[in-house]
Amino acid sequence: MGSTPTSTTQAFDKARAESRSALVGYLPAGFPSVEGSITALRAMVEAGCDVIEIGLPYSDPVMDGPTIQAAAQQALERGVRTADVLRVVEAVAETGVPTLVMTYWNPIERYGVERWASDLAKAGGAGMITPDITPDHGSAWIDAADAHDLDKVFLVAPSSTDDRIAMTAAESRGFVYAAAVMGVTGARDASSDLAGPLVGRVRASGDIPVAVGIGVSNGDQAADVAAYADGVIVGSAFVRCLLDHADDEAAGLEALRALTTDLAEGVRRGAR
Amino acid sequence: MSQQTTQPVKYDADERGYFGQTWGGRFMPEALVAALDELTDAWQDAMADPAFVSEFERVLRDYAGTPSRLYHAERLSRTVGARVLLKREDLNHTGAHKIRNVMGQALLTKRMGKTRVIAETGAGQHGVASATAAAYFDLDCTVYMGAVDTRRQALNVARMQLLGAKVVPVESGSATLKDAINEAMRDWVASVDRTAYLFGTAAGPHPFPSMVRDFCRGIGDEARQQCLDQYGVLPDAVAACVGGGSNAIGLFTAFLEDEGVEIHGFEPGGDGVETGRHAATIHAGEAGVLHGARTYVLQDEDGQTVESHSISAGLDYPGVGPQHSWLAALGRATYTPVTDAQAMEAMALLSRTEGIIPAIETAHAVYGALDVARRLGAEKGPDATVIINLSGRGDKDMGTAIEWFGLGDADGEAEPVVATAPGEEA
Ligand SMILES: Cc1ncc(COP(=O)(O)O)c(C=O)c1O
Repeated sequence: MGSTPTSTTQAFDKARAESRSALVGYLPAGFPSVEGSITALRAMVEAGCDVIEIGLPYSDPVMDGPTIQAAAQQALERGVRTADVLRVVEAVAETGVPTLVMTYWNPIERYGVERWASDLAKAGGAGMITPDITPDHGSAWIDAADAHDLDKVFLVAPSSTDDRIAMTAAESRGFVYAAAVMGVTGARDASSDLAGPLVGRVRASGDIPVAVGIGVSNGDQAADVAAYADGVIVGSAFVRCLLDHADDEAAGLEALRALTTDLAEGVRRGAR
Repeated sequence: MSQQTTQPVKYDADERGYFGQTWGGRFMPEALVAALDELTDAWQDAMADPAFVSEFERVLRDYAGTPSRLYHAERLSRTVGARVLLKREDLNHTGAHKIRNVMGQALLTKRMGKTRVIAETGAGQHGVASATAAAYFDLDCTVYMGAVDTRRQALNVARMQLLGAKVVPVESGSATLKDAINEAMRDWVASVDRTAYLFGTAAGPHPFPSMVRDFCRGIGDEARQQCLDQYGVLPDAVAACVGGGSNAIGLFTAFLEDEGVEIHGFEPGGDGVETGRHAATIHAGEAGVLHGARTYVLQDEDGQTVESHSISAGLDYPGVGPQHSWLAALGRATYTPVTDAQAMEAMALLSRTEGIIPAIETAHAVYGALDVARRLGAEKGPDATVIINLSGRGDKDMGTAIEWFGLGDADGEAEPVVATAPGEEA
């Protein structure tokens, strides 16, 4: 599976050809509003994100820290629906950047996994990242994703055994998401003794790209991670830009662009 | 794995934690899979080790006070025309069945060499039980509790603190039990190498539904034998309240294979299921995934969890243990809502007819079971036998009772609470 080129793997291939890491940017759909999230995600694409993850806001996000929780909760309070997420996907995918949905499982099961895969593909979505589904409990999603030619991005963690990493890499398509700290999402010092070895263990089990989520919030940290990973995933720091400028959309977008530019430079500085 | 073959497979989970191939499972972040695998292995290994099992039994007996009595409630029996037996879990140390679960999990924590436990709690009952077990076994203890609940249940917060636990108020989401579970999971992801998560009910990802059941199943094993010894018969029905489902599955397990025994779970009907303000998950929810298991969930059209409502904080949860979903789907057990008002009525009734003040959670089972007893009495005569799991005592609920009944004013003008048995007029 890992060898079939998809729009996502092509983005990683392109970055690799340029001797750099790919920048993977996350924002929840519907935050600060449905239109606002489209504008923000497009700004992130223009300023240099290579791959986009669109979060589907969920009432019980067990893997997320306070920043992303707050954004998702706001989006839900403002009435974002699953169908809106598809609308955001469509608007972002139009830019040509591979666009994946990151979602907890229940909203997908509720929507109907087969219908979801079909609608996601129709909207131009590249695939899905599933933080609370592992391949061994994910056969419904795997079947639907395969039927609709979608990427399946599963997560590995420092606590994963080698057997589980091999299983996860074999079942993933697009890239493998290395959650490289033991803990929830959130900006932190972005250094971890665990990240490098984890990436190494994934590499040992296949040629699929490995992107690292570790709480990166600036270009220097991105450069550090880019030194050993195929992709640098940034979420909370983008959300923070918008939360910090909640009353001033233009200032929020400006901060988002500036951060993206800094990160895009960072992934190019990382010696590879 | 070895014990899997000796358990009643028909109603039990497979080795991946699925009941009936559909319910349960493990919908969890990869970061916690290693810990859940480790826990599964340790639990199965422990349950197959006679030394662990006998130590668990000894601790429950000497410290928690089990086996609890099976008590014939004679006045209540006369009221309904059937034999009503109360399984007195309210007399256990800390006043509820929950001590069985936490002593089992804490003993396992020791065996696994971990030094810290975390727990979630709604009303504070599981938090108090966890803090108690942590004190007994000398473990660090942190309890997550919704900020709304810490304000409502200040007395239990104080009890946990006195027992040496740290209580963390959770402000996220609806700031109630489900959010406390989310926060405990977040702690666990970051601390899993030295921390055990003492889950408070028979829900959550595999192995919790099966493991918590195993630690609570003494309720039913004891009650079944006591009933046979004391009356020479099996009961016609058994009944329990269902929040996450630990006291219920603890009672039901012993009777699953006795196909002649009716099994009744009573869910929190809140203001009435038709009002939408309830927590009757099986009765009114839909299949979905919450907190790591596929089960019935109160959810909206988009699969977002809907806030539940019950006068009883211990039942106020929008999910339910997956084995109950399976038993409901099979028709082996019946789940019926009981409203706040009905539960409060039963609380008063049991207090006045038997001198037993039940927890409001428990009062849901009392109300529902008396309806069942009345029917069985009419069908089979006064020897018809119903066992009710008296899961906990009502001291913690006196604040609610004071408000509900207008008690506490000793000027002599307050009317005594009039207790009406279900189906009778006031
Ligand atoms: C006395 C009592 N009964 C029942 C429950 C509900 O839990 P479960 O459904 O897990 O038995 C609680 C929970 O706090 C309780 O305190």
